[in-house]
Amino acid sequence: MRMNTIILGLSAGLLSSTAFAGDVRVMWYSDGVEGEVIQDLLNRFMKDNPGINVILDNVAYKVVQEQLPVELEAGRGPDIARVTNIKELADHWLDLTPVVADPAYWQTNFGDQFDWMRPDGSKIIPGFMTQITLTGGFVNKTLFEQAGVPIPADTATWDEWIDAAGKVQQSQQLNAAFAIDRSGHRISAPNISYGANYIGGDRLPAPIDAGTKAFAEKLVNWVADGRMNKEIWVSASGTTYRAGADDFINGQIAYYYSGSWQVANLASKIGKNFDWVATGSPCGPAACTGMPGGAALVAIKYTKNASEVGKVMDFLGREDIVREFTERTLFLPAHKGVLAGKIDYKTDDENVKASLEAFLKASGKIAPNAAALPAWKWGTPVYGALVTRISQVMAGEMKLDEAFVRIDEDIKAKVAEASK
Amino acid sequence: MGDVRNGIATRAGAMLLAPVGWLANVFDAPLRMLQRRTGSNGMAVFFLAPNMLVFGIFVLFPLVINILYSMTGGGALFLGDRTFVGADQYGRLFSCGSYLDPKSCTEDLFWIAVWNTLTFVVLQVAMMVAVALVTALVLNRELRARSFWRAVFFFPVLLSPVVVGLIWRWILQRQGLLNLMVFEAGGTPVNWLVERNWAFAATIMVSVWAHVGFYALILLAGLQAIPKDLYEAAEMDGTRPMRVFWRITLPLLAPNLLVVLVLTLIRAVQIFDEVYVLTGGGPGTSTLFLTQYIYEVGFASLLRNPGLASAASILMGAVLVVLTLIQLGIARRNEQRGKTR
Repeated sequence: MRMNTIILGLSAGLLSSTAFAGDVRVMWYSDGVEGEVIQDLLNRFMKDNPGINVILDNVAYKVVQEQLPVELEAGRGPDIARVTNIKELADHWLDLTPVVADPAYWQTNFGDQFDWMRPDGSKIIPGFMTQITLTGGFVNKTLFEQAGVPIPADTATWDEWIDAAGKVQQSQQLNAAFAIDRSGHRISAPNISYGANYIGGDRLPAPIDAGTKAFAEKLVNWVADGRMNKEIWVSASGTTYRAGADDFINGQIAYYYSGSWQVANLASKIGKNFDWVATGSPCGPAACTGMPGGAALVAIKYTKNASEVGKVMDFLGREDIVREFTERTLFLPAHKGVLAGKIDYKTDDENVKASLEAFLKASGKIAPNAAALPAWKWGTPVYGALVTRISQVMAGEMKLDEAFVRIDEDIKAKVAEASK
Repeated sequence: MGDVRNGIATRAGAMLLAPVGWLANVFDAPLRMLQRRTGSNGMAVFFLAPNMLVFGIFVLFPLVINILYSMTGGGALFLGDRTFVGADQYGRLFSCGSYLDPKSCTEDLFWIAVWNTLTFVVLQVAMMVAVALVTALVLNRELRARSFWRAVFFFPVLLSPVVVGLIWRWILQRQGLLNLMVFEAGGTPVNWLVERNWAFAATIMVSVWAHVGFYALILLAGLQAIPKDLYEAAEMDGTRPMRVFWRITLPLLAPNLLVVLVLTLIRAVQIFDEVYVLTGGGPGTSTLFLTQYIYEVGFASLLRNPGLASAASILMGAVLVVLTLIQLGIARRNEQRGKTR
């Protein structure tokens, strides 16, 4: 009798910590409040579907970037994940076509971004974008006003923007005029505005061209003359990501080039300290483009509960749910129906409303070369090589010409290695 | 009263040892039988087997796997899915115009990391041993609140390397504590983590700060093991303090110093965590060390190259083995010299 009690107790302990048929495990990372919003939505789903237990694992972004790919290679992982390296890992996504209620609905509303998420030539439904992002600039309006410097117009070039920010820097005695996140993706928008094209005729990376070289030279000069915040790019090696958001939040720079995903972060941290607004992307000779991208919610093909996964994805992809998620997280949606209707962002912050308007407006100016990159599988090695070598030039370790040679060699080596 | 206490202690000891005695009795007969069948050598194997099994699974097996990985290419995770490339990864690492000039190498970042690591090892090991020795000598003196001071020096050893990196980052960053003090003192703030030489010096200083307590403790134990009568005799002879240090303290502390040297050397070659948090390998690549290079090539970059990372780690392991053998050789020679004297 006593032994039976012990066995029963042990079994109960094991039951409480083991995943079962009907469980759906979601790996999720957050930039802002979206973790709380999605948990709220999933609680509602579980109330309506008592047979399905959805477990939300809130993890750091680094876990999604570094650990998830290893789990996937091993044929394991969660049932659903929120990811940003959607193209590189596309072989691991589940085709939702047989498990969602209405594949045509998915095709109509999310189909424009499916090629970002699936292997080249594939026709699967891999998931949907929880947010569309677009790179763009933010300006500290208060600093510009205090300096008496007019904010450049929508059509202003990069040079005009940096000159204006430089005047604010001098007037307000700032450490730097502006910052760009330490990321190859981030500088790709201005590269393309200066005429760059990364994709070669054979869909392999093309040697870096005059557009990329022109903007790289400007970046290096802006660091040398003290207008670009040196710390962001120089104080790390390799492909390490560094954001310049803290300097902008602390009012130490007049202009910050990052992207739409920063809106909620800036709103919550800046509060009423100063007025700010998003301004889209400055122009180059070829375009005034930002870089599109985003985070996708994808189902993993190693799931043992595909039909439950289909139900969860159907729920989260519903128009009313996407709308609520978008309005509460202050994200740009991918859902065509939501985009066509009115989005009532849940904020009283005028800076946020104006910024989201600016990003929506800028999304109409995306250059074809930029629009093609999210669906291109070799973007990552190009971004990595750019950030590694250009920051070496900024640190005084090599000359720009040497860096250009190294960038091409690095990309070639990565492509050759990945093709083995 | 004392007898009562002793009696209680004896009985408590007997109670605690009772299960051990019971276990010994249980295993006594089968072990004797085993010894009769296998002999003394067999028993040695029997007792070593569990340890060797653990060593094999957690050390030898990964080492062999790592060697195999270093001979494969591609981004696949599983060995079976990877392409055999022979010594190509090593060839890539060694493809250089001149090893003294990383720019002439195909894998220039590897050679930058090698030279950075070598410079770091030379400077950090020298500083670590010197600071640990001075600390131990000071802590060995009759100080007021000596235990407190020993704890103060040992405390950073208890901190996680990530915490160490973060604390010093907050102190050394542009708007950090140090620059605030410099500014308050009327000086010009310095961008400690963005200027090459300052950043490199900071990595050395932080790693010494974080680990010196541990090495000082080893040396302190050595100092306390030196017979006091030697110092008393030297004092009676009127020997000068420096001569006492060179003729008594240092020679008798040599075995402990050697242990500290070997451990510091190995730890310095493996440096990663606190530096990764502190400088991220920057500015540029000036604090990019070998372990970070391996980590970035094998894990951090989105298009990983586990083969190249494995080859680099095998080379780093080989260097560590050579260094350890040299140190062991010196230790043995010193031991033999000591015996012949």
